[in-house]
Amino acid sequence: MNFPILSSLILLPLIGAFFLFFIRSNKENNFTVKYVALFTSLVNFVLSIYLWILFDQTTSEFQFVEDRIWIQNLINYKVGVDGISILFILLTTFITPLCIISINNSIKDRLTEFLIAVLIMETFMIGVFCSLDLVVFYLFFEAGLIPMFLIIGIWGGARRVYSAFKFFLYTLLGSVLMLVAIITIYWITGTTDVVKLYELGIDPKYQNLLWLAFFSSFAVKTPMWPVHTWLPDAHVEAPTAGSVLLAAILLKMAGYGFIRFSLGLFPAASEIFTPLIYLLSVIAIIFTSLIALMQEDMKKLIAYSSVAHMGFVTLGIFTIQQQGIEGSIIQMISHGLVSAALFLCVGVVYDRMHSRLINTYGGIVSIIPKYSVLFMLFTLAALGLPGTSGFVGEFLILMAAFKDNFLVAVIASLGVIIGAAYMLWLYKRVVFGKLINSDLKQMVDLNKSEIVILTCLAVPTLFFGFYPEPLINTIEISISDLIKAYNIEIASKI
Amino acid sequence: MELSIIALPLIASIISGFFGKYIGDRNSEIVTSLLVSISAVFSALVLYEVIQNQYEDNILIATWINSGSLEVNWSMKIDALSAVMLVVVTSISSLVHIYSIGYMSHDPHKPRFMAYLSLFTFAMLMLVTSDNFIQLFFGWEGVGLCSYFLIGFWFKKDTANSAAIKAFLVNRVGDFGFALGIFLIFYLFGTVNYSEVFNQIPSIVDKDLIFLGVEIKSIDLICLLLFIGAMGKSAQILLHTWLPDAMEGPTPVSALIHAATMVTAGVFLVVRCSPIYEYSELALNIITIVGMSTAFFAATVALVQTDIKKIIAYSTCSQLGYMFFATGVGAYNVAMFHLFTHAFFKALLFLGSGSVIHAFKDEQNINNMGGVWKKLPYTYTLMIIGTLALTGFPFLSGFYSKDAIIEFAYLRGNTAGYYAAGIGIFTAFLTSIYSWRLIFKTFHGKYNNKNIKIEETHESPLVMLIPLIFLSIGAIFAGYSFKELFISFQGPNNFWQESIFFLKPLSTNHPPLWFLILTPALVIISIPIAYYLFLRNKNLTERIVKVNEPLYQFLVNKWYFDEFYDFLFVRTSKRLGLFLWKFFDLKIIDGFGPDGISSIIKRFSIKANKFQSGFIYQYAFVMLLGFSALLTFLIIK
Repeated sequence: MNFPILSSLILLPLIGAFFLFFIRSNKENNFTVKYVALFTSLVNFVLSIYLWILFDQTTSEFQFVEDRIWIQNLINYKVGVDGISILFILLTTFITPLCIISINNSIKDRLTEFLIAVLIMETFMIGVFCSLDLVVFYLFFEAGLIPMFLIIGIWGGARRVYSAFKFFLYTLLGSVLMLVAIITIYWITGTTDVVKLYELGIDPKYQNLLWLAFFSSFAVKTPMWPVHTWLPDAHVEAPTAGSVLLAAILLKMAGYGFIRFSLGLFPAASEIFTPLIYLLSVIAIIFTSLIALMQEDMKKLIAYSSVAHMGFVTLGIFTIQQQGIEGSIIQMISHGLVSAALFLCVGVVYDRMHSRLINTYGGIVSIIPKYSVLFMLFTLAALGLPGTSGFVGEFLILMAAFKDNFLVAVIASLGVIIGAAYMLWLYKRVVFGKLINSDLKQMVDLNKSEIVILTCLAVPTLFFGFYPEPLINTIEISISDLIKAYNIEIASKI
Repeated sequence: MELSIIALPLIASIISGFFGKYIGDRNSEIVTSLLVSISAVFSALVLYEVIQNQYEDNILIATWINSGSLEVNWSMKIDALSAVMLVVVTSISSLVHIYSIGYMSHDPHKPRFMAYLSLFTFAMLMLVTSDNFIQLFFGWEGVGLCSYFLIGFWFKKDTANSAAIKAFLVNRVGDFGFALGIFLIFYLFGTVNYSEVFNQIPSIVDKDLIFLGVEIKSIDLICLLLFIGAMGKSAQILLHTWLPDAMEGPTPVSALIHAATMVTAGVFLVVRCSPIYEYSELALNIITIVGMSTAFFAATVALVQTDIKKIIAYSTCSQLGYMFFATGVGAYNVAMFHLFTHAFFKALLFLGSGSVIHAFKDEQNINNMGGVWKKLPYTYTLMIIGTLALTGFPFLSGFYSKDAIIEFAYLRGNTAGYYAAGIGIFTAFLTSIYSWRLIFKTFHGKYNNKNIKIEETHESPLVMLIPLIFLSIGAIFAGYSFKELFISFQGPNNFWQESIFFLKPLSTNHPPLWFLILTPALVIISIPIAYYLFLRNKNLTERIVKVNEPLYQFLVNKWYFDEFYDFLFVRTSKRLGLFLWKFFDLKIIDGFGPDGISSIIKRFSIKANKFQSGFIYQYAFVMLLGFSALLTFLIIK
């Protein structure tokens, strides 16, 4: 493998952003700017598909590894993918172009800068998912905050500054501890290379504190209860494209981090802290589902439902079983597609009516039927109906959780009922019923680009619901080897 | 051919749903009805093949989920049980499709309606032909979804939307139990495939399990969890509240989904899992009790309802109760027999009542009807046939299946069985009373409708009557012609083969003669009683109502289940959600978390700011203070 495909994936959006930097943004140029960004992200998507085709599903070794010395004896720029990370890269490169298409009228000022932020964001996200050195990972992980912070702070709604700072403070606070932990790991083992660390292992006596440090960072980003309150605010204030990136990709970094680092590097500590994760996950599922039930703002409702869905993810990961972790990854991919689509759906009506409040709407099904059909599909996927990708993930997670702990599975399953309640109630209030607000009559149905975006999200949602094998085959070996290594480690410690 | 039985309704649904706009209303109706009818013909062929040659097959379509040790396939299992269900589903469905052409003729969204009906048929077929629990669950939730769409079909009606959501959510509660049951099965057996699970059942019969602090036999737990799912789908008492509300949907939907097919899925589940249930005495007894309670409860409520569809809905609920207590006493084949005959006469009654509603231009209250039997001769005759079959009038289909249930309950020989038989007989009497009340109030007596003149009521078009005639043939003859096949008393029954499992063979004794005559006698006597009460001497009825006012209110309000649930679940979760949000998230977490910290820092920095005032005399004063404090400290020390 001579062609540095991963580095190309990381650098391409950056190059695109660099080009954009030199195009003056004005009304006439908006068209060009958008197409440059779109082209860049599409090339990246094609490249990542190519990566998936080349990817060898029969091994859990890291593939396409590039190892370059950055600072002698200290940090290497090392990237590579295995079954766990490749799907997230695909998700990133798939969502970004859709995000760029979706920016139609919503962003009026500083379009160029916005697109630059989006592309840089893509670079960082891909970097997170393929870096194999803790320091490199940390840099990408934290850097991802900056474009998001700007997106919320500059292009956001009325309370954007409050939300942006809340977002920034929360996420940064957790990360500081992770940095300390990474430095500690370097002191203990003399390396920050993830592959080497997997082989060396870390002495269990250090693991607990290190685990907690990583946890504090991941928990905020997931977000887990009780450090989730930044998410609804961030979503509400962020522009549609920002919400999509945040929900679809940013939230997945932590889930990925849990699998790659918490389970991979600190098995002994993970074993100890599993009950804590279970507790927080179950609380997240039930509490935030109940809160979602009472929301009046559509975006807030979906944001809270995201917290509940991520609760399932963390629950699944720490079952440390094949079904649980596979379910979690599928749930993350599915949530990436579905929550992105739901935020776009909110964006569609927001662009037309400039209101996110549920009671503004009602009875729009006969006015915008195409929208209603697609919105219904994603509503159903969000409540985990069999035949959509949401079901596969949720069901596998619950199945695994049940094997481990009856009580946890029973309570988490209750969340599925509440999930159906808030999603269907939302849909009913927005789409069905009598048309009371006469302003709604002027709404126009989905335009071509909106149809394209939502269909692009609907197809994989349904396809993977009926046939998740492509996803499962990609991740299967990596996960089973991860679990094997984990169990050996645990057994040797007892 | 077997696969096309499932595929055709799906194709029909896709054509009508996505291309209905382009091919037109009429073509969508023709395409869907035709494809589903073809599917019905094929199903009949399959059943014939099963009867003649004991045909069995398990067709693998594709892999679905394959994760670790979990293997789930899309597949199609054909045996006696699924063949019977195939015929019931596709035949009723095709008749309902055709009927809908007439019934929905004034509706602007015909293609959408037909697409939903076909999609429902597809989901139901996936449910009955599955060879594993997860595909079953797919079909299970799929039919629930279509039911949601169809109940809320008239999306402008707020009540319809609420009813749709209620149906979905109550079913989700059932599905919650069902899903836990599947998890438990996977936990115990490591597989979700029927045959693999059933083979391992004998090995875990004595295994105990601690579930949420309760020690219970694992087999009992499996059965009870699965039964919760069955209760939701089949509207058994406690989880029945959605079914009467579901009548907000168009009438053909009520006939297909809420009478003949979907609601029987719970019964099907229990019968399909007979190899599990046979080992769980506890679960069987609970099923018997739930079944007979439902049968009784729903019949009492049906006595006083005034909405023609709700009466029939409660009647369905009650008949489903019969099916369940049949399974509870181990007579799975009899339950299937009643399911089979019930599908015909209940669909007939629903479609007939649809015809009545159509005639009265969407009037559903039976107090606003009456005296039209001469105006609607065909509908009237067909409704009478349906009623006779439902009440178990001798030699019509209900007679064979319902009486068989009561007999087997009696022959079971345990306490639950005797109770069930007793309640069964009494409920049969009630059934007869409320059914004839419906007939007399709808068709006889004075004409009571103030909105339209009697001359304007009209008989339904042929496209609606023909399906009714087909159904009435089923309602008359299905019992007699299939009783040998389904519940033959002679020797081992070889129609069902392996699809139904009996731990102990069913009793072949005959109950005493007086017992056999009791039910038909009550059913026949009840006709004049109903005639007297609801036509001849209405004063007496009113007096009875007046004397028993509290009881009457209790029944009219459906035993106050809705109010109780609303108080217990709906309002509580809303209040809890509000509390968690406004108090917990905003006050506690944000208050002590980010907002709290930032305000502390802010306050602190304001204080610190004041300190740096820039006036030398203030700095000097502070220095003096510090200096003197230090001095004092040194002196005292």
